[in-house]
Amino acid sequence: MANRAWGAPQLSGPELLPHERVSDRAARGQSALLIPEKSSRWADGAFHAAMWACAGAILLVVALIVYELMSNGELAWHAFGWKFFVRRDWDPVNNQFGALPFIYGTIVSSLLALIISVPLAIGVAVFITEMSPIWLRGALAFTTELLAAIPSVIYGLWAIFVLVPLLRQYLEPLMGRYLSWTGLFAGTPYGIGMLAAGVILAIMIIPIISAIAREVMTAVPQQQREGVLALGATRWEMIRMGVLRNARAGIVGGIILGLGRALGETMAVTMVIGNRAEITKSLFAPGYTMASVIANEFSEATGDLYLSSLVEIGLALFLVTIVVNVLAQFLVWTVTRGTPRRTNV
Amino acid sequence: MGVAIEVEHLNAWFGSTQALKDISMHIAANHATAIIGPSGCGKSTYVRCLNRMHETVPGARAEGRVRIGDLNIYNGTSATQVRRRVGMVFQKPNPFPTYSIYDNVAAGLKLNGFRDRRRLDEIVERSLRQAALWDEVRDDLRKKSGSSLSGGQQQRLCIARALAVQPQVLLMDEPASALDPISTGKIEELIFQLKENYTIVIVTHNMQQASRVAEFTGFFLLGELIEFDRTEKIFTNPADKRTEDYITGRFG
Amino acid sequence: MSDPTVRPAMPTVSLLRRMIDGLATAVAAGSVLLVLLPLIAIFGYLVYKGFGALNWTFLTQTPKPVGEAGGGMANAIGGSMLILGIASILGVPLGIGAGIYLAEYGRGHFGDLIRFTADVLNGVPSIVIGIVGYSIIVLTQKHFSALAGGVALAIMMVPTITRATEEMLLLVPIQVREAAYGLGVARWRTTISITLRTATSGVITGVMLAFARIAGETAPLLFTAFGNQYWNWRINQPTAALPLQIFTYAISPFDEWHRQAWAGALILIVLIVVAVTAVRIAAARGMVKGVI
Repeated sequence: MANRAWGAPQLSGPELLPHERVSDRAARGQSALLIPEKSSRWADGAFHAAMWACAGAILLVVALIVYELMSNGELAWHAFGWKFFVRRDWDPVNNQFGALPFIYGTIVSSLLALIISVPLAIGVAVFITEMSPIWLRGALAFTTELLAAIPSVIYGLWAIFVLVPLLRQYLEPLMGRYLSWTGLFAGTPYGIGMLAAGVILAIMIIPIISAIAREVMTAVPQQQREGVLALGATRWEMIRMGVLRNARAGIVGGIILGLGRALGETMAVTMVIGNRAEITKSLFAPGYTMASVIANEFSEATGDLYLSSLVEIGLALFLVTIVVNVLAQFLVWTVTRGTPRRTNV
Repeated sequence: MGVAIEVEHLNAWFGSTQALKDISMHIAANHATAIIGPSGCGKSTYVRCLNRMHETVPGARAEGRVRIGDLNIYNGTSATQVRRRVGMVFQKPNPFPTYSIYDNVAAGLKLNGFRDRRRLDEIVERSLRQAALWDEVRDDLRKKSGSSLSGGQQQRLCIARALAVQPQVLLMDEPASALDPISTGKIEELIFQLKENYTIVIVTHNMQQASRVAEFTGFFLLGELIEFDRTEKIFTNPADKRTEDYITGRFG
Repeated sequence: MSDPTVRPAMPTVSLLRRMIDGLATAVAAGSVLLVLLPLIAIFGYLVYKGFGALNWTFLTQTPKPVGEAGGGMANAIGGSMLILGIASILGVPLGIGAGIYLAEYGRGHFGDLIRFTADVLNGVPSIVIGIVGYSIIVLTQKHFSALAGGVALAIMMVPTITRATEEMLLLVPIQVREAAYGLGVARWRTTISITLRTATSGVITGVMLAFARIAGETAPLLFTAFGNQYWNWRINQPTAALPLQIFTYAISPFDEWHRQAWAGALILIVLIVVAVTAVRIAAARGMVKGVI
């Protein structure tokens, strides 16, 4: 049955007629292979290993970040322990260090930024995805993205020379006149201070929040919208019940992502917050954040404990931003996971 | 020149699901053999086992003995070595999108380290002529990308690409299923000419196509080879009841 | 409501609900305008103040000592190029390599771990990256350097490039890879010459976005590259950088320096906007031509 001697047993198939048999020897003689038949196993293995090393480098870098922060912050940890985070004095001359003023400043400026930016960012996202005419959509999305491309130092420059004078001359006196009873808007309007930091941070995180909000709102299935519209709802009611309600978790994720960015933002804040390690109720007063104290004092820090305290602030900032980012990504994922994911191989 | 293929006790799995059950089959050299059967019967998996393409799917594996000419492909040979001898044409035309027509045809040689430019030119022209595409593309060889051609032209480009490495066997996995009738006709005509020099295994869901192009036909059902014989025998006087049911359109 | 003839008592939308609808639209449109306002103001000031201070001296000279008029940021522009060059040489291959790993081999737990780590790295505040650049390069070399700045910025580039590369490679259809495997092309060769090449325009987009992101970074350079009043092309010496110089000048008390800060900012933003816009155009075309 088989046309070969090396003894294949019972192969299924029809009996071949003589002209249907072609000897392999003849075939081999005629088709010389054009390319050497060498195995690629070694090269494939080497390539795989090289790519694995690149991926592993990311892991290594993060491990290195953690290691460097922990080992360089150890001195401060030994000196102050947990108390480091609740001590109010920052006194390099007497080697007394506490991070509370910076933690306070970071939290207050970031919250202020969220209060200002969240309604605006959601408004922008709603307008772009649900209300804007199609032709305007791309242009608006691009323009808000552009806001994210501006470097922090340019925001700071603009804030020093435009925003701060504006606050000092017009907004702060106005707020002081009507809102000083709250205690939050009292005292001399310097312009520079917590309020300026909050406003510039708000401008900086709006594109982040609105980009995520747009993404999750687009991920809401069309049927949800149609279902509400079919009940006779107006467009706003459709957005509120059909879109925002379903995208809620993802929008919260975007807000938290914006918070993560605000917590770690350095340059613009450093340029306008006033850099004074004090805890003051009034938002007009100068403050200090964790990121900006590192930026200002790290290269001038004399003394090991001083430097180590700054690194420990960096470590705390690092850990907080990781927690915040992981939480945000999880929330965004809960909304967008339903949308078709590309698959491979 | 084509070589014969001997398949013995071939089994294949996707994860824990067995897709092919103990296939043994002798495919004659320099002829066309058609593989037919209802969808999901394992016919695609079967040809993908003949050039070790099956194992590129995560979790998929195959066992058994497959000889292509004198090469035992599941025994110590590397997959790339096998695939250089066994050309493959896929269901959907899949030219390399960013490559020119010329580079598409030359890809198999160039990417395997073949550097002789003059011979490359010859081989590209000969392959495109064999695939009956030369006259349509000769003026845009380097100007147009492979994906700018029409569907039928793309499939012939893919055939030319497979021929350029001068394989001994050509596997075709439903090569005309995504094409219009005129392009399908051209591809069938091409198969007729190609089997002078190559062993061809063609998967098809179209029984007329099988009877037009192939001397031998194998019928697969649920991962088993039910019947394998001369094409006219399968279509006029099948030995197995299930084959008869299939070719008379009673299922599938 | 499946039967249109049996409608509930809801013939018209009440006036109140229509007013609320109109109000919501107005509020949303208003917030768009309010957000565009600072954008316009920032670009307006950059052009207005920046152009006024921009001249040939600014682009060709190094800073003059305090009090003397003139001088420029030529050394900062050059220093930025040096630092960004170092960052790109280190970060681009590493990021693309890691992206290839994730797309081609990263289906298991290790791949997930790398994805997670890349996202973590992406969220690390830039000032913290600066501390690390300081401790691993500056402390061991005993002085500030362009290399330290480049390493810090490279670390910031990698996660963006990695995730973009992975995403773009996954867009390349499996059939295209199979075509190459079917020709007996080795797997590594297929990945480089077929898959990566097909995804080139998308990968370049990712690289340019990462580049635009680090081009304006200041915080990681404060105690790595440190700054320099003079020209420097040696990678182991303190080096000026455009964003650093803008920062120093902006917080200084001198009008002349303020003017130069605006001019520097204008140049920086033009570089970044050109990069981002070019990438958007390339991506819009690339999606049609490159992939699919």
